[in-house]
Amino acid sequence: MERTNSRRSLIATLPLGIGLMAAVDEVVFHQILRWHHFFDWSTPAFGIVSDGILHTMELMLFILGAFLVAEVRRVLVPRAAWAGLFLGMGGFQVFDGVIDHKVLRLHQIRQVENLWLYDTVWIAAGVALLLVGFGLARRA
Amino acid sequence: MTVLLFTLLPLAVLAAYLLAARRDGGWSAGRSASFAAGILLIVVAMLPSVQHWAHHDLRGHMIQHLMLGMFAPLALMLGAPGTLLLRSVSVGAARRLVALLALPPVRVLIHPITAALLDIGAMYVLYLTPLYGVMAHDPVLHVLLHVHFVLAGYLFSWSIAGPDPAPYRPGLRMRLTVLFAATAAHAVLGKVMYGFAYPRNTGVPIEGLRSAAQWMYYGGDLAEACLAVAFFAIWFRQRHRNAAGLVPA
Repeated sequence: MERTNSRRSLIATLPLGIGLMAAVDEVVFHQILRWHHFFDWSTPAFGIVSDGILHTMELMLFILGAFLVAEVRRVLVPRAAWAGLFLGMGGFQVFDGVIDHKVLRLHQIRQVENLWLYDTVWIAAGVALLLVGFGLARRA
Repeated sequence: MTVLLFTLLPLAVLAAYLLAARRDGGWSAGRSASFAAGILLIVVAMLPSVQHWAHHDLRGHMIQHLMLGMFAPLALMLGAPGTLLLRSVSVGAARRLVALLALPPVRVLIHPITAALLDIGAMYVLYLTPLYGVMAHDPVLHVLLHVHFVLAGYLFSWSIAGPDPAPYRPGLRMRLTVLFAATAAHAVLGKVMYGFAYPRNTGVPIEGLRSAAQWMYYGGDLAEACLAVAFFAIWFRQRHRNAAGLVPA
């Protein structure tokens, strides 16, 4: 029973973590710094459309996560819930850094010479978040 | 015409609703409050002072549009007037009303995709084509567009998350997909208006256009977030029922 509650707590906060990191990416890098858009195929129109989709995804994930948390609130295992949040954040960050940036080449973090440094920091930050998540999950 | 359509008619509908709710006895006060709030939003959005503001300032128009096209329909829909109507009339009449929904043209009309096109699609047409300029000088068209957005907004929010019986409504996955696409399309429209200065040829200075587009972006987002909450509430209620074994999964 305890294991099921841990698993449910972790799954409940996973979408919150993904949505939170995507929101940080959208707000900080797309809108404030304007380093890149989700699709940087050099037309502003494409950037606007892809960011609109990213934004909607965050919104839906937040609401879905809120409902999942409300559902397990009576049996919530706090440590597992934190683990889910960190795993979601780290998972999005690593996915964005490896798949979106490097494999699919949808966009780069910033159009600069020493891009590898940006990539390293980006992916390392994601891995660090994932490690925190795994650590919490193991102890939950 | 405006007073009749946007003040007397809504208030008459509200009176009929409250009367039916009282006769019903067990009707939820929350539903009544939501429906009353929706009617109030329509009446306030069409007050002469708001009308005046909307006519002179694109921001006023946008706030009026948000009230009429997004928040009022959402509140009305959550008031479940369809359920109340079916409970108030005879069984035969209720059956005939539900049978209306089975007619092929009605089924096409109330499909979430059609509803989204009528609602969000019409906004693209209004703001990105010269229609906005034409509307500003044509009072009849202006009123018709307001009516259109109230009805299309209601149809859309009901097709996604309406509490009323909807026997031919597509499944949750399809509705979530349409809600997702419509929310993204709305956000994109707000940004296009902001970035490319739409609607064109209105004589509105660029700052005015931009702040109106921002109102549309954030206001529309809030309304769609509320709709998504209503949608997920239905989804999770169904999950619980399925888990409890009350309804076959």
